[in-house]
Amino acid sequence: MSTPVASTDRQALWKQEMDKARLRDANFTTISGTPLAPVYGPADGEQDPDENLGLPGQYPYTRGVHPSMYRGRLWTMRQFAGFGAAHETNQRFQFLLKAGQTGLSVAFDFPTLMGYDSDDEISAGEVGQVGVSISSLRDMEALFEGIPMDQVSTSMTINGPAPIMLAFYIACAEKKGIDPKALRGTIQNDILKEYQAQHAWLVPPEPALRMITDVMAYCTEHVPQWNTISISGYHIREAGSTAAQELAFTLANGMEYIRRGVAVGLDVDDFAPRLSFFFDSHLDFFEEIAKFRAARRIWARKMREEFGAKDPRSWMLRFHTQTAGVSLTAQQPENNIVRTAFEALAAVLGGTQSLHTNSMDETLSLPTEKAVKIALRTQQILAEETEVAHVADPLGGSYFVEAQTNRLEAEAEKYFQEIEARGGVVPSIMNGFFQLEIHKSAVKYQRAIEKGEKRVVGVNCYVEDDGGPTIDIHRIRSETEVEAREAMARLRSERDPQAVERELTAIRTACHAGGNLLERFIAAAHAECTLGEIAQVLREEFGQFQEPKIL
Amino acid sequence: MNQRKIRVLIGKPGLDGHDRGAKTVASVLRDNGMEVIYTGLHKTPAMIAETALQEDVDVVGLSILSGAHMELFPRVREELHNRGLDHVLLVGGGIIPADDMAALESNGFTKLFGPGTHTEDIARFIQGEMEKRWAKEAADA
Amino acid sequence: MNSQQPSLAQGLLAGQRGALARAITWAENADRRFPQLLEDVYAAVGRSHRLGVTGPPGAGKSTLVNQLARHLRELERTVGILAVDPSSPFTGGALLGDRIRMEERTLDPGVFIRSMASRGSRGGLARATVDAFDVMDAFGFDQLIVETVGVGQAEYDVVGAADTVLVVLCPGAGDGVQAMKSGLLEVADVLCINKADLPGADRMVADLEEAVHIRTAGKGLWMPPVVSVSAGTDQGLDGLLEAIQSHRAWLEAEGRLQLSRQEQRLDQVQRVLREGFDHAIWEGRGLEGYARAMIKASRTPHGAAERILEQLKAALPSEWAQVQEETQP
Repeated sequence: MSTPVASTDRQALWKQEMDKARLRDANFTTISGTPLAPVYGPADGEQDPDENLGLPGQYPYTRGVHPSMYRGRLWTMRQFAGFGAAHETNQRFQFLLKAGQTGLSVAFDFPTLMGYDSDDEISAGEVGQVGVSISSLRDMEALFEGIPMDQVSTSMTINGPAPIMLAFYIACAEKKGIDPKALRGTIQNDILKEYQAQHAWLVPPEPALRMITDVMAYCTEHVPQWNTISISGYHIREAGSTAAQELAFTLANGMEYIRRGVAVGLDVDDFAPRLSFFFDSHLDFFEEIAKFRAARRIWARKMREEFGAKDPRSWMLRFHTQTAGVSLTAQQPENNIVRTAFEALAAVLGGTQSLHTNSMDETLSLPTEKAVKIALRTQQILAEETEVAHVADPLGGSYFVEAQTNRLEAEAEKYFQEIEARGGVVPSIMNGFFQLEIHKSAVKYQRAIEKGEKRVVGVNCYVEDDGGPTIDIHRIRSETEVEAREAMARLRSERDPQAVERELTAIRTACHAGGNLLERFIAAAHAECTLGEIAQVLREEFGQFQEPKIL
Repeated sequence: MNQRKIRVLIGKPGLDGHDRGAKTVASVLRDNGMEVIYTGLHKTPAMIAETALQEDVDVVGLSILSGAHMELFPRVREELHNRGLDHVLLVGGGIIPADDMAALESNGFTKLFGPGTHTEDIARFIQGEMEKRWAKEAADA
Repeated sequence: MNSQQPSLAQGLLAGQRGALARAITWAENADRRFPQLLEDVYAAVGRSHRLGVTGPPGAGKSTLVNQLARHLRELERTVGILAVDPSSPFTGGALLGDRIRMEERTLDPGVFIRSMASRGSRGGLARATVDAFDVMDAFGFDQLIVETVGVGQAEYDVVGAADTVLVVLCPGAGDGVQAMKSGLLEVADVLCINKADLPGADRMVADLEEAVHIRTAGKGLWMPPVVSVSAGTDQGLDGLLEAIQSHRAWLEAEGRLQLSRQEQRLDQVQRVLREGFDHAIWEGRGLEGYARAMIKASRTPHGAAERILEQLKAALPSEWAQVQEETQP
């Protein structure tokens, strides 16, 4: 048995040894560039666990939103999918449901995301390329052919035209005789981050926010199980932000939606429980876990203390996670399976409610079926084989993780103050504040990789001159666009032109006279107005958004 | 007295909004002494070519991540050609499969850069090409 | 290559946009072919009205220029725009992003937009701005507009380049006070309060009107109108165009425009001469060696420079002084 040593002596001894130690030539910072100590101790850990941590399912939810966490229910394995025409994506959905996936997630192509029909001239070359093309109620019906819409939950990643797409979905269910009250799912509908990072907008911020409050108001009454906004940090991070910026900007956007809802007279507890979040899980394992924990704590406090929410469901930050697309490399693409697995583990240890794992080939093209299956199996291995899902917040109390959680919370708070000083979220968008912050971080990270300060296997170390990737590539059939044009021509000739005109005029009027626009879009969907036609009315009435100059 | 600078247009044709790469490359080229015009997002091939004309750029660099490169890249080239801008050094980047890169490189694009390319390599490539072209111009004169 | 010069000039005069673009490049690069080119087209210079737009960063200059161009197009006037952005003093590179706010104008055949890097100039314009204006003028635009760098420093070169100077300010951030202190007010022919829907706009208009009045009243000077606009919503743009037009009319009324153009040209002569002189005396004339020798002979830098200057002055032709006297009133 060794003699006990006083802790101050231990520290002095350790310091001495550290000073002598020869260290690796590496950059000891988080992936976001924050310096890290060689070891963390009790003084760095959470000093007031009762106040700041609690237990899972307890305010401020640092440790998770459910008391039982994954013992009650595993996270939802939700692979984002979509390509080509609606019937092709429908087949991929059927394949995923058969492979054991528990929710659907629709990826749209760029014309759809920007509010253009598949037969619009501007859509040429892009129809069905990075997601499915949906221009009408008919397309939506083909997408959900044979899928029980009252039983699956569906997530739709679309923002600018989100209210129109949701109208197609609701109209599709109505046509199948399903009560919209039975519909479960999420529409991303997070326009603020579009201006900041993802750039698929339709109209300027103010009218876009009005449509969002229309969606919140309509769904509260008619589609009560629907998540009306998925407030997304994912795209902010993928555009190059740090973890702290992702956290801060996303939550700032969330608070802006709350303010807007309250401003139009909604009770915060009526709509806040239907807001969910969506984060990136990047490669810095501990920083990411700390980010998820900090997000829950900040949101709970803001909701209760600043916005006076009374319903605990308004305090709980529930979130979807996707592994980091930007962390994937085109070089040695199979390595991406390993990266994704680590990122998925961080999301699960951080307490995510649902998860998308990227496929190894996504820097090359849309994923092949084989790559998608490996990605899904990665989650299943995590859930079934690693035993990590048995214990809630397993890293809670870790000196290091608690210190990182506190640090990220403090950094986010600083950003909240800065945004407020700049007049709020929308003015900060208009003058390019977010965009410039993200751009600066992106350039800094790229520089760090190019200088070798941050290492990427296969890119700046362990490089192989392999003559390029050899894995299979998923290509979109070239006929997709032609077929889509033909389908649109049929639609335009078969529908009732007077009904179309009537509904479009009603929308035009409602843009200025008020009234719920989602309600109008649903009527227009039934009249077979197309996405592009409705979007064009909005562009004409509300104007277009112009990017601020940040470069 | 000659104060010639390499002028570059960074263009984003098509509807995708992923401008991280385009903006990063623009910043790096600036840091390498070039004058860089960034078009902003969602530009048509005609707008990019017209901007190249008015700005009298030496280089047009296109970035696309929507999979529409085989449609849009050749259309930009065509629009440049229609304006008598065949002399412009045309390069591109994005998520582009190797076969497509090869096809574009034999069709008017001097070089395509894939994911993971060092931005400094792009700058060096452009500088090298322009030095060659200017040397040839001087010799011809 | 001499055969190329007339062909570029001809192309430019024939309305080829590519030729205009190349001509501006020559101006920017101080290409040795430029002086001849300018000479070839100079007979066509002098028709365009030249508007300078300046103001602090964030005042919304690019958006305003875009809207001005739109309104002018509605009046079927053609517009040439120069947008100046700063060059990095360290690398010489520049990011030229102003045209991002003018994208709607890109495919309009009646509009030509050119981004210019300041390339070391500190007065808010590029060295070649006036040259570029001249060739754009020769090309035949009705209206020329230059937007200055707008980094918040003193940007007074615009006075020498424009017939009418529009100073754009926006409420808040102490712009008004700053404008009065920095002398922006003195260069303004028209003052424009952009983002007039922001709080404090009315107050700012009143303050500026008072300051303008104090400066100009009863002195026979032009009294710059103060116009409120909201470029984002297009509000007040008609009033702004009217104000610009009324300044132009005032200039043209009593031959002031001619005088002002003469001053602009004198400015231009001085600038070209400064550059050429600098170049001529330092390159290949042994001046550097001479200066070094004098420094060695333990002269102060001032002493050395004074000595060189005296010798240079002595070499100036004496008839210059007589020309000077004859032109004095």
